[in-house]
Amino acid sequence: MTGVSATQAPVAEHGGNGAVRTGRRIRQVRELGILLALVLLVAITTLTNPNFLSSQSVRDLLLGATLLTILAVGQSMVIITRNVDLSVGSTLGLSAFATGTLFVSLPALPIPVVALAGVLVGTVCGAVNGALVAAARVPALVVTLGTLYAFRGIGHWWAAGEQINAADMPDTFLGLGRVAVLNIPAPALIALAVVLTAGWYLGSYRSGRELYAVGSDPQAARLVGIPVDRRVFFPFVVNGSLAGLAGVLYAARFGTLDATVGTGLELEVVAAAVVGGVAIFGGSGTVYGAALGAMLLTTIGAALPMLRVDPFWQQAVVGLLIIVAIGLDRLLVLRAARRLRGGESRGA
Amino acid sequence: MTDRPPAAPPPLSLVGVAKSFGMVNALQGVSLELRAGEIHALCGENGAGKSTLVKTIAGVHRPDEGRIEVDGAPTEFASPADAQRAGVAVIYQEPTLFPDLSVAENIFMGRQPLSRGRRIDRTAMYAATDRLFARLGVRIAPERPARGLSIADQQLVEIAKAMSFDARVLIMDEPTAALSGTEVERLFSVARSLRDQGAAVLFISHRFDEVFALCDRITVMRDGRYISTDPVAELTVDTVVRRMVGREVNTLFPKQDTERGEVLLEVDGLTRAGVFSDVGFDVRAGEIVALAGLVGAGRSEVVRAVFGIDRYDFGTVRVAGAALPQGRPAAAMAAGIALVPEDRRQQGLVMEMSIERNATLTRRSALSRFGLLSRRSEEKAAEVWADRLQLKAGHLTDAVSTLSGGNQQKVVLAKWLATRPRVLIVDEPTRGIDVGTKAEVHRLLSHLAGEGLAVLMVSSELPEVLGMADRVLVMHEGRITAELPRGEATEESVMYAATGHKEVA
Amino acid sequence: MAPDVTTPPAGGTALPPRPAGQRSVLQRVLATRESSVIGALLVSILAASLLVDGFASGRNSGFLILDIAAIALIALPMTLVIVTGEIDLSVASTLGLTSAVMGQLWVIGLPLETIAVLCLVLGALLGAVNGLLVTVAGLPSLAVTIGTMAMYRGLAYVILGDQAVADFPFSWTGGATARLSGTPIPWIALLIIVLAVVFGLLLHATPFGRSLYAIGSNDEAARFSGIPVLRTKLVLFIASGTVASLAGVFWTLQYGSARADNAFGLELSVVAAVLLGGVSIFGGKGALLGVLGGVLLLGTIRNALQLADVSSDMLSIVTGTLLVVSVVLPNAIERVRARRRTAEPPS
Repeated sequence: MTGVSATQAPVAEHGGNGAVRTGRRIRQVRELGILLALVLLVAITTLTNPNFLSSQSVRDLLLGATLLTILAVGQSMVIITRNVDLSVGSTLGLSAFATGTLFVSLPALPIPVVALAGVLVGTVCGAVNGALVAAARVPALVVTLGTLYAFRGIGHWWAAGEQINAADMPDTFLGLGRVAVLNIPAPALIALAVVLTAGWYLGSYRSGRELYAVGSDPQAARLVGIPVDRRVFFPFVVNGSLAGLAGVLYAARFGTLDATVGTGLELEVVAAAVVGGVAIFGGSGTVYGAALGAMLLTTIGAALPMLRVDPFWQQAVVGLLIIVAIGLDRLLVLRAARRLRGGESRGA
Repeated sequence: MTDRPPAAPPPLSLVGVAKSFGMVNALQGVSLELRAGEIHALCGENGAGKSTLVKTIAGVHRPDEGRIEVDGAPTEFASPADAQRAGVAVIYQEPTLFPDLSVAENIFMGRQPLSRGRRIDRTAMYAATDRLFARLGVRIAPERPARGLSIADQQLVEIAKAMSFDARVLIMDEPTAALSGTEVERLFSVARSLRDQGAAVLFISHRFDEVFALCDRITVMRDGRYISTDPVAELTVDTVVRRMVGREVNTLFPKQDTERGEVLLEVDGLTRAGVFSDVGFDVRAGEIVALAGLVGAGRSEVVRAVFGIDRYDFGTVRVAGAALPQGRPAAAMAAGIALVPEDRRQQGLVMEMSIERNATLTRRSALSRFGLLSRRSEEKAAEVWADRLQLKAGHLTDAVSTLSGGNQQKVVLAKWLATRPRVLIVDEPTRGIDVGTKAEVHRLLSHLAGEGLAVLMVSSELPEVLGMADRVLVMHEGRITAELPRGEATEESVMYAATGHKEVA
Repeated sequence: MAPDVTTPPAGGTALPPRPAGQRSVLQRVLATRESSVIGALLVSILAASLLVDGFASGRNSGFLILDIAAIALIALPMTLVIVTGEIDLSVASTLGLTSAVMGQLWVIGLPLETIAVLCLVLGALLGAVNGLLVTVAGLPSLAVTIGTMAMYRGLAYVILGDQAVADFPFSWTGGATARLSGTPIPWIALLIIVLAVVFGLLLHATPFGRSLYAIGSNDEAARFSGIPVLRTKLVLFIASGTVASLAGVFWTLQYGSARADNAFGLELSVVAAVLLGGVSIFGGKGALLGVLGGVLLLGTIRNALQLADVSSDMLSIVTGTLLVVSVVLPNAIERVRARRRTAEPPS
């Protein structure tokens, strides 16, 4: 009000301690909820069929979750910046095929070099996406829908109908899944390392936090001096590299490779991230949540047969879960907003 | 940096800066010297180039000609980060916060305190945030997300952010628009203490009382050009206004007396839990009723509910005696209500659409024949209104975003007047528009009331409320605390009620 | 009523005459995305006719149309959905679920007429589920329809498993691909044209269509203008579901086989065609003519590559590259132009 000073208490109370707790709680509730759902599912399944927790089936479960987890971590980083990468399935396929091809054409190369090359294929794909989104300012959904087709096409063209079999690859490489520490298979450990590293980076480093800022409000991010283009580019490269890594692990696990590897995976990966609480429009969510989301989706797939549910139900259940998850997110945000504003809400 | 010798070059100056966007020359040969230990005001109408100037200093725009000097040395700001490194902090007109991040992170984004291994030290960050808020005399929890903060609180976070820079140059672009009296006072004391510590402050405001109370020198701009710089003591409000407008402005608030007619809008017991409660009033034909109060008192929320944008829990709204169903803007429109909303760019207009299509958006069906739109009738309808409101526009097919703020507001008015309303609700009708257009809008509202419209006006500008309204309703924390006829409405009585004291008389 | 502001304005009248530099109507039409898509379509048809044996035959154009029929149908409501800034990724699954239900109902022994009607109702319901989740629950459609995409496809598997129902009477399966008498054009082309005209008029010539652009550009301003935003979106999702199941009925008869995995992945082809046609993924921009051009362009290239015996992999590469280039190029041109002319108005 113009030039009239109102008499008020010297210190105005703006959102007291309740707000602090609410702010923190949302984030934790979200991830705890997924964890709880996961534990519940495992418990129920185990009660019905004790075999579910046998060491062999746990190993299978972890191996099965590995690829989706790694992909979900990379995808989450991209989604947090308010973008999306639909080309991950194609990238994974390309990298897996490249790995196999290298073993065939240059059998003398040491395994780590081949694996690195596989990852690099993914890095290049990610860099192409990132450059198109960050530099050419094209919506990520459009770019990566395009590269989804393009990368897949390149894979087909390269493979030209050929197939690479386990016999073409060294046994040590194929045995990667059987190497285990404390009964946890090596690929799962790699996935765990990826989750922890990414989570640590996003939570504790300036540039990590800046990814959230960019996704939360790109315009404001520019104004506070964040190099937005670089922060958009980088997650695409990481995501591409992780898709490449997943491709290498795929090659090691399944041994049989053709140009169709990873088809249709992209939406499952996005689903895992969304179920794990990564908001589809950026700015919030953690890779831990996304990893839990990936675990949950994989576990559902493994648990249904154990529960003697027709496996045809799996996809329907997953779909329902996605909707329940985003519905829950929305509910939490609404409730928190109401509490923070003391009951006020301004409509959508 | 505190004890600079007086002869030192100014921390920041602009020398002959020009910037154009295509055909529009936003800035031409502007020179400005921001001296250490001085609060400098920048005045000008909307479209005078103030915001472009701010963005140039902030490193968002690069000047086409001229240069920026930091401590007398020519410098180039390639990005906002460069400007920040040079010690320039900016509080923008519109808060630019990250809703998903905590308040503390919003303040320290990109500059978070670090501990070992370049990791963010959260404890230190929260403590620093608490210290900043203590200086501002407010308590906002550092860990809470910015989402859900009121506009005033958001602005306070922005101010804390600017303070956290220990800026040598602080730019404040209309920071007080959303603040209450106390908060404005606190902001001023912070600005003064920064000045006393040797910072250069640039203050932009449309409120002359603030400018004259706070600032040491005033620079006036018009049409992207530099006009004058003088010490405050040598200026009067009239002189500044004349220089801003470039011509004499006659009285700002020309409300004429009108015949009161029947009651057209009747609101009774309107309640929305936690937002407003038991709000009741009526507005007669030919009358302008102002809804005054501090920002956040629930005024906009009430008119939104009346128009059907938001729902309410209890109460009734009647138009000319007929009850209005709630939550349906289309029904409100059919009954003859029009709402010119608070936020022109977000609520009033579809910025990417053409002027013409914006102006006819409320009359889509009326302008179509056999269910099909007719370009010709749309064009004609838009031309009629552009003409009546003296819209200054190139082509009606241009995007509405190409217009100045005042002309955009005219498009919003055109869009609603075209529906031939009986009840016109205007929410902050002159916020952020230039003095000239402001007078035109006031004249228009007065004229409309004279023609028998019932006008309900939400306004935070006291002179506007006192000048225009036949009756003043004052809201405080969601309730109507006073109803003052024109004769009894004074700055004191309105503020008294707006701060929550029941009128005794 | 006419409020007449009495004081003369300080400067300038309302409407100056069109300056000489103004581009003509023709130039503006040529500069639109629709026209470049149509241009690309004409060029590729010409090239294919000259270079590819058998492309320019009537028989082949009949096949081409049958090939793109489902995509063309679904793309029509999808355009309207995307113009409002939403998206429906569940369309292919709706098609699949329709197909599965159709097969199961046929096995049970219902007459196909009844089945077809029930399928359309089913499609409307599936669309309504999407629409209600988006409007009433306020969830982002991208996430919602990824969810229902999985759910509807899953339900299709639940209903039909991995079997196929293929014993539909020839009068129906043959009828689906029947030509208009005396021409090589299948009758479905007529249905597509009729629906395209309906959706085109709806989008471009009615108050309803105008409100879609307003919603897509700024749905808050649309709400403040009295546009029933939520109801409008709900209607579009229902339309999208209904047309998707219409396409499902057609698909099932066209290939004579009801399967749960029918049209798997088709949603991305539809979205690609719509975006290629110049509709902005952020809403508020786009024209139906461009989308039809996009659908036909992709269909033509695919058909020509198949006839030319180029391995089908090139198709993906071409599709993907086209999509990216079609968005990157105008963006790049715009940015170059913007650097030279108006970038942003001073405020």
